[in-house]
Amino acid sequence: MQQKYWIFIGILVLTFLTANFVYPNYYNQGVDFLNGKFHWHLSHFWTKPYVLGLDLQGGVNLIYKADVSQVADKGTAMAGLRDVIERRVNLFGISEPVVEVQGQDQLLVELPGVKDVQSAIQVIGQTPYLEFDEQRDQADTQKILDKIKEVQAAQQKGQDYTKIADWQLAQQDPYFKPTDLTGKYLSKATVNFDQTTYKPEIQLQFNSEGAKLFEAITGRNINKPLAIFLDGASIIDTNGDGKIDASDLYAPIVQAKITGGTAVITGNMTIDTANSLASRLNSGALPVKIGNPISQETVGPTLGSVSLQTSLMAGLLGLLAVVIFMVVFYRLPGLLASIALVIYVALVLSIFKLVPVTLTLAGIGGFILSIGMAVDANILIFARMKEELKQGKAVSAAITEGFDRAWPSIRDSNLNSLIVCAILFIFSTSFIKGFALTLAIGIFASLFSAIFITRIFLMIFVGPRLEKFKWLL
Amino acid sequence: MFPFTKYSKFYYLFSGILIVAAIASLIVFGLKFGIEFTGGSNMEVQFTNSRPTNEAIQKQLSSFNLGDVVVQPTSDKGAILRFKGVDEATHQSILAKLNELAPVQEKSFEFIGPSVGQELKQKTQIAIVLALVAITLYIAFAFRKVSKPVASWKYGVTSLVALFHDILIPLGVFSVLGHFYGVEITIPIVAALLTILGFSVHDTIVIFDRIRENILRRGMGSFQESVDTSLNQTIGRSVSTVITVLLVMISLYVFGGETLKDFSLALIIGITSGAYSSIFIASPLLVTWFAYDQRRSEKRFHKGK
Repeated sequence: MQQKYWIFIGILVLTFLTANFVYPNYYNQGVDFLNGKFHWHLSHFWTKPYVLGLDLQGGVNLIYKADVSQVADKGTAMAGLRDVIERRVNLFGISEPVVEVQGQDQLLVELPGVKDVQSAIQVIGQTPYLEFDEQRDQADTQKILDKIKEVQAAQQKGQDYTKIADWQLAQQDPYFKPTDLTGKYLSKATVNFDQTTYKPEIQLQFNSEGAKLFEAITGRNINKPLAIFLDGASIIDTNGDGKIDASDLYAPIVQAKITGGTAVITGNMTIDTANSLASRLNSGALPVKIGNPISQETVGPTLGSVSLQTSLMAGLLGLLAVVIFMVVFYRLPGLLASIALVIYVALVLSIFKLVPVTLTLAGIGGFILSIGMAVDANILIFARMKEELKQGKAVSAAITEGFDRAWPSIRDSNLNSLIVCAILFIFSTSFIKGFALTLAIGIFASLFSAIFITRIFLMIFVGPRLEKFKWLL
Repeated sequence: MFPFTKYSKFYYLFSGILIVAAIASLIVFGLKFGIEFTGGSNMEVQFTNSRPTNEAIQKQLSSFNLGDVVVQPTSDKGAILRFKGVDEATHQSILAKLNELAPVQEKSFEFIGPSVGQELKQKTQIAIVLALVAITLYIAFAFRKVSKPVASWKYGVTSLVALFHDILIPLGVFSVLGHFYGVEITIPIVAALLTILGFSVHDTIVIFDRIRENILRRGMGSFQESVDTSLNQTIGRSVSTVITVLLVMISLYVFGGETLKDFSLALIIGITSGAYSSIFIASPLLVTWFAYDQRRSEKRFHKGK
């Protein structure tokens, strides 16, 4: 079999895969029907949802400017801040929050689907709070545990637990109590390596007041744990489940009374753990203030889904209009180009899902624009083909000539659009970035569909046998 | 064959009037920049029952010291409110206060600090200058092989003139729209303008490419004739391409969401203008320039004698 037929089959397979990837409903319905009828066990098509930007799913986008004027190493300070804010944001329990450092001193926080923006802003804006807690004695612990049980029982019965005497006790940590030692007494934390074992360890340096407090605390807690909390939660994820909650606790054991204000935390830890510990200790020691956002964008959930539907609808109608236009003006080649265009749409949407490209309204705008521009290459080629036919060339020769002669223009003009995309990309604004990215993906995919796919189609369907039906061309 | 370049003077006159009008409008009305560039707050709301009058809304919010509160009605029950920058707490109390006036739902809220706006303005300027320079250089490079009878850099400069044409006209339209309907220059419109740059050159390149090919293939002949032939050969493609892009953009303008309306409008104006300028400005300019050069060298030739 000729090579072109193999390629054609490849294109059909690609079309099947991308189309079902983009819209698996029909495939899945068919599979359900077959499974039900013949008791087969065919599985559904691989589903992967689009990643939607904030403007399409609702949520809030915040930009902060951190005050790093007092900090020597701005990069590390910003990385530490990012880490601390990410910890807090993860506590909101929303899916896929984004915390990113932008430029020198800006922090971007995206909270999709967050309900209470005001309290989110409040929580994010707080200064990091580092504390060292000592163990409670057993009587204390028991008292709190009992109170927790009492409150829980009341809650289960639906009673007002705030009527129980000392109910606030139940909100405290039953095992640890705060000491006076907090982040403001810590000068800095550094990662060192043990001289003999080469294991990472963390060195803490307290200021003079801190040294005194630390001496007293270690003095009364020898062989007992000293827990470190940041923003009221364990400073690191100790059980390795990827999130920090009540089941995590970081509490090194005090070996001896430590005087002089310098302490070392040893133990089996990886370099990564040591680095993140040190960076978090430092963010509690030298807090970088971020205050209120310098820019905020809140999109309600309804607006997002409405704009998604309307713009997709608009895209679909636009596609339909282009198809009608192409078929009316370019007949058979126009029809083939339209099929290539539909494959193009499936292909680009699949790329959006696969990469994944975060879809925003701007991105959809860029994509819809690219539908209109995608056929441009085909129009150039067909116009050329018509000219060659007029000059009396045979059909297949006209096709080859059309592609060859149109190529320089196609290359130049698309390169130009790509240059503009690249320049658009230097904006840090997410709107423009989204637009430039989808437009650029669209340009590459359109070159593939308009030149490669259409060419194969033409070679297969418009052979010499169409010599008699030149009006179709 | 239609002798396009024969009527150059009419095109120049027509475009000249448009450009003068656009510049005049830019000077008189100026551009109305969105809060992305100026800083401030933008609040989109939807009233549940009916929209109170603008005055009622402004009066209701007068206690907040929000500066000038601009109320722009959208659809039947919606409105966009613009005022100076506020923090989240104030934003919430504004919403509560609006709710006292009439039951209302917030669709979106945006606040941009003044420093962000400044930064963005700068970036926009840099991007536009970069785009113009990059495009001109690219064209000069792409046409480096064509030096006769018109130097390759002249292709670049001519398309640059067409580019200014294509940017000035939408800007003029938006300055009029801004003055009378409060349409603002926002980030999406900047994106649209930059895309127009790309698209307009796209169009010009296709025609210039044909001129290049005709000169290389068929030899010199008359330059004017080559340009006219090329225009006749490419006109079908130019029209088709503009139509397909306009089809999707009009569909987006009519059926798409509010956010993309101004974006698609800018593209509709710019792309139409871009197609027009490639055919009726860029190509005739090449011919005019060529004729001017020839007349000058003839003069010099006579003097030398």
